[in-house]
Amino acid sequence: MAVTALIDAGAIRQLRHHRSRHRLRVGLTLGAVLLVAFALAMVLGDYPVPLPDLLGALLSPLTGVAHPGIDFIVLNVRLPRAVLAVLSGAAFGLSGSIFQTLLRNPLASPDIIGISQGASAAAVFCIIVLGWSGTPLALGALAGALLTALTVYALAWRDGVSPYRVVLIGIAIAAILSACIAYLFTRARLTQVQEALTWLVGSLNAAGTTQIGPLALALVVLVPAALLLSRALFVLQLGDDTARALGARVELTRLGLMLTGVALAAFATAAVGPVAFVAFVAGPIARQLLGAGRPVLLPAMLVGAITMLGADLLAQHALPATQLPVGVVTGLFGALFLIWLLISANRAGNL
Amino acid sequence: MDRRVSLLAALVFALMAVLLLSLTLGARPVPLSMVWTALTAFDPGVIDHTVIIDLRLPRTLLGLGVGAALGLAGAVLQGATRNPLADPSILGIHAGASFFVVLGITLFGLTDLRHYIWLAFAGAALATIGVYAVASIGRDGPSPIKLALAGAAITAALTSVVSAILLTQPTTLDQFRFWQVGALAGRDMDVVIQVAPFLLVGIVLALALGRTLDGLYMDEAVAKGLGQRTGLGRAMAGLAAIILAGAATAAVGPIAFVGLTVPHLARSITGPAYRWILPFAMLLGPILLLAADVVGRLVAPPGEVQVGIVTALIGAPFFIALIRRRKLAEL
Amino acid sequence: MTTAHTLAAQGLSLGYDDRDIVTGLDFAVPQGKLTVIIGANASGKSTLLRGLSRLLAPRAGTVLLNGKSIHALSTRQVATIMGVLPQSPTAPEGILVADLVARGRYPHQGWFRRPSHDDDLAVAAALAATDMADFADQPVDALSGGQRQRVWIAMALAQGTDLLLLDEPTTFLDIHHQVEVLDLLTDLVRSAGRTVVVVLHDLNLACRYADHIVAMKEGRLVAEGAPSAVVTEALVAEVFNLAARVVPDPVSGTPLIVPIGRHHAGDTAAQP
Repeated sequence: MAVTALIDAGAIRQLRHHRSRHRLRVGLTLGAVLLVAFALAMVLGDYPVPLPDLLGALLSPLTGVAHPGIDFIVLNVRLPRAVLAVLSGAAFGLSGSIFQTLLRNPLASPDIIGISQGASAAAVFCIIVLGWSGTPLALGALAGALLTALTVYALAWRDGVSPYRVVLIGIAIAAILSACIAYLFTRARLTQVQEALTWLVGSLNAAGTTQIGPLALALVVLVPAALLLSRALFVLQLGDDTARALGARVELTRLGLMLTGVALAAFATAAVGPVAFVAFVAGPIARQLLGAGRPVLLPAMLVGAITMLGADLLAQHALPATQLPVGVVTGLFGALFLIWLLISANRAGNL
Repeated sequence: MDRRVSLLAALVFALMAVLLLSLTLGARPVPLSMVWTALTAFDPGVIDHTVIIDLRLPRTLLGLGVGAALGLAGAVLQGATRNPLADPSILGIHAGASFFVVLGITLFGLTDLRHYIWLAFAGAALATIGVYAVASIGRDGPSPIKLALAGAAITAALTSVVSAILLTQPTTLDQFRFWQVGALAGRDMDVVIQVAPFLLVGIVLALALGRTLDGLYMDEAVAKGLGQRTGLGRAMAGLAAIILAGAATAAVGPIAFVGLTVPHLARSITGPAYRWILPFAMLLGPILLLAADVVGRLVAPPGEVQVGIVTALIGAPFFIALIRRRKLAEL
Repeated sequence: MTTAHTLAAQGLSLGYDDRDIVTGLDFAVPQGKLTVIIGANASGKSTLLRGLSRLLAPRAGTVLLNGKSIHALSTRQVATIMGVLPQSPTAPEGILVADLVARGRYPHQGWFRRPSHDDDLAVAAALAATDMADFADQPVDALSGGQRQRVWIAMALAQGTDLLLLDEPTTFLDIHHQVEVLDLLTDLVRSAGRTVVVVLHDLNLACRYADHIVAMKEGRLVAEGAPSAVVTEALVAEVFNLAARVVPDPVSGTPLIVPIGRHHAGDTAAQP
């Protein structure tokens, strides 16, 4: 009996290693794709920058060799934009994946608890009523998102929080906020409405340190927090009772993860607006690539970053004369994704 | 059984009271006696009479018809899709109507609601048909989950395109932002006459679906075992919802939340039988909508707050209260 | 050599929302024995198990683990001493059998979660014991109800605890596997000295395997003790509302409950 168990222990270890090697392979591939997308984002544009020049520009702060025109385009325009895309995409992707795993629902997304509407309503208010822009606007949007999340959670609390109740109350709060936005739209000047609408659709146009800084800081804090909590998430997936039986602090972990997910979505939305669907698609795509069965937090970050970069590339270069905001492309992409979900799940007999 | 009948009668009285309030109240209050004279012995020279006939009457009638339509459409959809969170926007009705309206304003330079009302209806209908078609991919036809996914997909796509157009066409945005709020004001009797036939047909069709919906709410296999033609039932329900919600949205713009909350309200009074939920929804809808309209008139004189905004601001807290008291159907 | 742990309830009252299910119950789990809790539906058996295993907070009274209140200990500490398999565990979509069983090692792993050789050994032993070793790399979704149940039991086994509480672990199993699981639990008690508490539906299997049987009715503990002492026709009538004959089992000598229905009962047919 002991010998058989020993042999099987080796088999178990082999199985484990095989799976983690697969995960590593997928992770490295995603990383490579991200790098390629990042390079494309720097190279393409009205003024295509050849690769050697690109490298020269990136290294110019160190080497001191400067080509003013190229350096400006690369360092002041394209680099911040690409970095913002990667950071916000990663934040959205991680947030969405956290919500989907917590709520045990692959169709969950931070939008459903009203965070994007909270940020949007606050931003529209700041733009139209207070005339803000730039950093104050981003802070206002952040405050709106966090306040909304708190309100939804507080209203949903009744001897603990049931995910279903959170969703329902999120829908109600979102309706109130959407009505406020619509009302402001009818009372403002057209130019203000245009400015607000641009923010609402979500764009990477105003990429600078004011957007990147806070988001980067937030990620530095929140990503490790999410990874720490993901350990308990492994057993939380098995149901509350089983998780408790295995020694996990269920309510605390859930609260921590929700806070992290909300904060990630709030910071990302404050930086780039409520870009549709990135939070929603990153998790399922990551799960598809890695095989389901465990939380896919880090890979979802990579997928989110790639999605945001890719969508922005399309948004800038797909139509000859116009530059679309990235939110329009992610919306269309999200629609295609939902249809793919419908077809593939239908084929697998899950619907 | 008796209780529900007497409640229904009470609701009818409440509706009549709200109708009268809608006719008399506003930035310019008109006494009841004047309302009566305006309706029976109309004199175009008397300002109060014009206010009643040209402004308040169409507005009230629209509130009545659209409220009933939205309440019924929501109830029908929730029953047919077995989804307590369904409301007309889930089938892409709002997105489709918005898309065609935006196209109409941009491509044809339409400026009058009476002209793009047909576009809105067509857009709503086409979007719903598209959703139904996408949801029918594969075997088993359009199941509730597939309908929800297809609806979300089409809504996402159309919303993106609409945003793109609005961002690049400022004049369109300038018109559209008023339509998209949903208002009973600014519509005259022409609009009422245009949509009335559709609303009536839709209401009759919806009310006839009571038994079918009770059957659909059961498990698919059980329903088929009882001889229900589930495919046909769901199709008829979809048709009723398109007609009702499409016409309503075309007439007054997209009004959120009425279609979602009214069926829940009705269900909390009547219990789960759709034979009862439908008539209650038909009465609660206009009561809620007209009450919201009246509030909108009184809250910011001399201006108004559009009814689409008031319904969300009143309806949502009410919905939250219902949720907290666990009065809603669990999934 | 496992340390002996004791589990007991004192004046325990448990309930949900505004209903009280169990009131003022005193019960000491016999150490190193296989205890089976029986009772009709809604008699409180599952509730009692949930209360004992700390899944349900008591309304009154305490649960004592090694003489100290169980709620004074940290969840992780309790999880290294007591393993629980609740009634309807959920598995995330697509998870593999070996992965699910490995999660049972959670209470023993540190923050950085590198699975050790001991963990692999525990997982392998648990899979072997539940006859699921061949399925280690299969997704749990692809298994039958009975196979899935055995994977969950393997997870509880992999947890390697001295105390093991299982809520109706044999529900979906065919008779072959029901007997296998109960034999396995008996092995754990006899050879490894563990303490096992099981809620069972099947009265006869309960009598066969239990060292100590606990009968519940309407939230009260009606009788407890060795099956041959406790399970009488009167008890069966009281707890299950069933007219039956109780005879010695021809294989094991434990009580065998033979129901008397309205048909097929010869001249002992129950009166209508």
